[in-house]
Amino acid sequence: MFKYFPHTDEDIEAMKRAIGIASVDELFSDVPKDVFFRRKYNLPDAMSEIELRAYFDKLGKANSDLVCFAGLGTYDHYDPAVIKSLTSRQEFLTAYTPYQPEVSQGTLQYIFEFQSMIQILTGMDAANASMYDGATATAEACFMAEAIARRKLILVSKTVNPYVTDVLKTYCRPRGISIEIIPETDGITDIAELEKMIDGNVAAVVAQKPNFFGLIEDFGRISEIIHANGSVFIENADLSALGILKTPKEDGADIVVGDCQTLGIPMSYGGPGAGYMATIKAHIRKLPGRIVGLSKDVDGKRAYVLTLQAREQHIRREKANSNICSNQSLMALYVTIYLSLMGPEGLREVNELSYQGAHYLYDRLIATGKFRPAFKGPFLKEFCLKTNIPASTIQEVLLKNGIFGAIPMGEFGEEYQNMVSFAVTEKRTKEEIEHLVSLLEVVA
Amino acid sequence: MSNYDRLVFELSVPGRRGYTLPNQFASKYKITELKGLSRKDSPNLPELSELDVVRHYTNISQKNFAVETGFYPLGSCTMKYNPKINEEIAGSQSLGLLHPLQPASTIQGALEINYKLRGALSEISGMSDFTLNPYAGAHGELTGLMIMKKYHEDRKDFKRTKVIVPDSAHGTNPASTAVCGMEVVEIASDENGRVDLESLKANLSDEIAGMMLTNPNTLGVFENDICEIAKLVHSAGGLMYYDGANLNAILGKARPGDMGFDIMHINLHKTFSTPHGGGGPGSGPVGVRKGLEYLLPNPKVDIMDGHYYIKGDADSIGRISMHFGNFLVFVKAYAYILSLGNENIGKVGELSVLNANYVMESLKDDYKLPIPLHCKHECVFDGLKDDSTGIKTLDVAKRLLDYGMHAPTIYFPLLFHQSIMIEPTETESKQTLDDFIMAMKSIAREAKEDPELLHQAPHTTPVRRIDEVYAVRKMIITYKDYCENKE
Repeated sequence: MFKYFPHTDEDIEAMKRAIGIASVDELFSDVPKDVFFRRKYNLPDAMSEIELRAYFDKLGKANSDLVCFAGLGTYDHYDPAVIKSLTSRQEFLTAYTPYQPEVSQGTLQYIFEFQSMIQILTGMDAANASMYDGATATAEACFMAEAIARRKLILVSKTVNPYVTDVLKTYCRPRGISIEIIPETDGITDIAELEKMIDGNVAAVVAQKPNFFGLIEDFGRISEIIHANGSVFIENADLSALGILKTPKEDGADIVVGDCQTLGIPMSYGGPGAGYMATIKAHIRKLPGRIVGLSKDVDGKRAYVLTLQAREQHIRREKANSNICSNQSLMALYVTIYLSLMGPEGLREVNELSYQGAHYLYDRLIATGKFRPAFKGPFLKEFCLKTNIPASTIQEVLLKNGIFGAIPMGEFGEEYQNMVSFAVTEKRTKEEIEHLVSLLEVVA
Repeated sequence: MSNYDRLVFELSVPGRRGYTLPNQFASKYKITELKGLSRKDSPNLPELSELDVVRHYTNISQKNFAVETGFYPLGSCTMKYNPKINEEIAGSQSLGLLHPLQPASTIQGALEINYKLRGALSEISGMSDFTLNPYAGAHGELTGLMIMKKYHEDRKDFKRTKVIVPDSAHGTNPASTAVCGMEVVEIASDENGRVDLESLKANLSDEIAGMMLTNPNTLGVFENDICEIAKLVHSAGGLMYYDGANLNAILGKARPGDMGFDIMHINLHKTFSTPHGGGGPGSGPVGVRKGLEYLLPNPKVDIMDGHYYIKGDADSIGRISMHFGNFLVFVKAYAYILSLGNENIGKVGELSVLNANYVMESLKDDYKLPIPLHCKHECVFDGLKDDSTGIKTLDVAKRLLDYGMHAPTIYFPLLFHQSIMIEPTETESKQTLDDFIMAMKSIAREAKEDPELLHQAPHTTPVRRIDEVYAVRKMIITYKDYCENKE
C-alpha cells in the first residue's frame, strides 16, 4: 500500500467482515451504473519523493530570481526566521477551526492577540479574526455599510488599488449595489468632486492609505463630508504603515480593512496572505467572520472562545450578509508573531528605512534627467514618476538585469501611460539602488 | 498539554528587541517630515526578546489538538494527514519570493503549477476547466453562484433568482446564495436523508437559477437519484452546482461532471490534503463544464506555443480576489496529486468509505443510527441509543477529549437533534479506528454508570468547559477591553 494509506490486506479483510460485505464496491452500489467511474484517471504515475523534489526544483528554476522594487499592494518586506519556524509547528498547522475550544486554546489565544494588535494599529474598537485578503475584506465592508446605511451606492476613490475596485464591482453587481468612481487630482482623491457626487443614496465612501500611487492623503475633510451625509467611511490601509501614520480612528474611519501581507508574510505570488477588518463599537455586531472573546472555564481559569456567533450564517443562514465561515487563521499567526518580534520600535524602523530608501531612489532617479515627479504629495515607501521613455522599455531593461520594478502604470488608465511605479522596503540595499539607477541613467 | 496562560502583552518589557535590521544608509531623509500625517501615540505593541516570542508561541501551541497529535474525525472537514514533503516544497524561496505582478516570462514555473493543477482537477472531477482564485470553499461557492447568475443574465433570462438547497446542506450554501443576491428555496429530504424528488419537482419553475447539492450529502449518503435530479433541474432551465466538501468519498468512483453538474468547487484543504491551519488558509477552486469557461473569474492563466501567459475575459464574472488565490496552498495540493499518482488517487474514495462504514457498523449498537444504509466517507449518529441517561451529544464529545481524541462534528446536520458526524479519512489505520470505537463504547457505558463524569467532562484538557454566555455578555475581544474590564 501507498505510504499515506495504512491498510494491510488483513485489515481490509477484517473490516469487510465486520461490515458484512464481500467487496468494497458493494459500498458504492448506490452510485448509478451510468456514472460509475470505471477507467483510470488520465494523470501522471505516482512520483517518489526524490522525483517530486526534482520536479518542483525544475519548476522553481523556471521562475526568475529578481530583486524587487515593485509594490502596488504587495511588498517585499523582511520576514524574520522565527515566523516560519513557529507557524510550521504541527499544533498550529494541522489543527482546524476551534470547534472544541478546550483543545484549541492555542489557536483561540493567538487570534485574540491578533485582534488586539489590529485594534492597537488601527485605533479602532474591535477587529475580527481575519479575512481572505484586503480586496474581499473591502467588499465585505461595503456589504456592512449597505446594512448600516440602508443605501445602495458606494463611492470609490480613483486612488484606491484598481484590483480592489474590480473585486468590489464583482461582489456588488449581483446584489444591485452600484459603484461610482471619485476622480483624482494630482494623485489624491478630488474632494470637490466627492462633494458633488455624495448624496442621500451613498452608503459608503472607500479611500486608501497610502494610496495606489504611494501618496499619503489627509482624510480629515473627506471624513467630515462623509459623516455629514450620514454615510460610512471605509478606509483601506496598509497595516505596516499604520506603525507611524495617523490611525484610521484619527482619520474618522468607521470601518478599516486591508491586507496583512506587509507584516511578515512572504509575497508568495499573491497568496496566502490575509485581510483584516476593524470597526467602531456601534458596528461590532455587523462584523463578518469569526471573533474570539475572552471568558473563563468552570474552574475560573482564563479561556478563549468563538463569540457573537449568532450574528451570521450559523443561525441566519438564508438571511446572511456574509458567507465567510472561517478565517486565514495561520496567516493571522504570521502577523501576530511578526508584531511580537518587531514591537513599536521595529515597526517604526522598518518604515523609516523604507522611507529613506524610497526617497533616496526618488532623488537619484530625478537626478538622471530621465524622470520627473508624477505628483506633488508626500509618500512613504512607494512613488510614481513620469518619463518620456516607453515604460515597457524601462521594465525590460531592469528585468534583463535581475530587477523587477518600474511597473508601467498605463495598464491602469490612459492618463497614466507614461508613468512608472517603484517601491522600496527595508530589504533594499544601497548597492541594489545604485545598480538600478546606473541601468536607468543610460536607458533610452 | 501546557498550563501556561500568559498573553503576549503581559510579557512585554520596555526596551526589549526581537529583531535586527540593517544600518541606515540615507539618514538625511527624515521620516519626521511626515509629522502632520503621523499617529499621535506610538502603537502599544509588546516589546520582547526573540526567545520570549519563541517560548510564548511554543507554549500556547501545546494547548492545541491537531492531526499530528491524534485522531481528528471531524465530519465534513476531511482531516487527513498533511504530508511533510508538500510543506518543504511550498516553503522554497523560488516560490515564496515571487511578486504577483511579475510579467509572465519571469514566472513560467508558477504559471505551470496553476495550469497543470487545473488540468488534474478537471480530470478528477469531469469538468472542463477550473479557476484557482477562490480562497476557500465558501469563497468558491460565492464564485460559482456568480457564474450561475451571470449565465442566465447573459441569456437575457433575468427572472431566475432562486436557488434550490436541500435542508441537509452545509450552512454556507444558503448563506452564499443570499450574499449573491439570490433567494433560497429549501427542499425537504426523504426518510433516508436524500433529495425528495416530489418536493424537487414541486419547486421547479422558470424562476429557478439552479440547485446546490453535496453528493454524498452531509448525512454521508449518496444521492442515487442524481441523474434524475440533474435531468429535472436542467429541463427546468436551471444549472446544477456541486458542493465539493465531500468529494473525498468518490475519488476513483464517480465524477461530478459525469453526474450532470455544471459548476462545482473543491476544497483543496480537505480532499487534497493541504493543512487546515487552524481555520485557513484554504483554497476553493471552482470548475465548470464546457461552455461556461468564459465566465470563470479573472485573471486566468493559459498556454500558447509552450509559453504560459496571463489573460482576462471581458465576459467573465470579473475579479474575485486580488491575484491568483492562495498560490502556496495549491502548490501543496499539486504535490499531493503527483505523489499519489493515478494509481493511488483512485483508492482514496474506497479506503475512506471503508473506514467510515467500519466505524458505523462498530458503533450502531451503542449510538442511534437514523439511516440504516451504507454510508460514504462519513457516518452520522443521532446521539446515544439509550437516551434515558440524560447524556447529550455535547457530553459525549467533551468526554472524548479526555480520551485524547478530537470530537466529531456535532449538532450538524440539523436534520437530527443530537447529530454526531464522524469522518475518519483514508489515512487512519484500523488500530486507530479500533481505539476510537473502544473509546466511544466506553463513553456509552459511562453514560449509564457515571453520567456526572460526562456532564463535567472534559477533565484533562488545558481548560475545561467554557462559559460562552460570559464571553457574549462581557465582550472582551481585545487586550484593551481586557485591561479596561480589570479596572
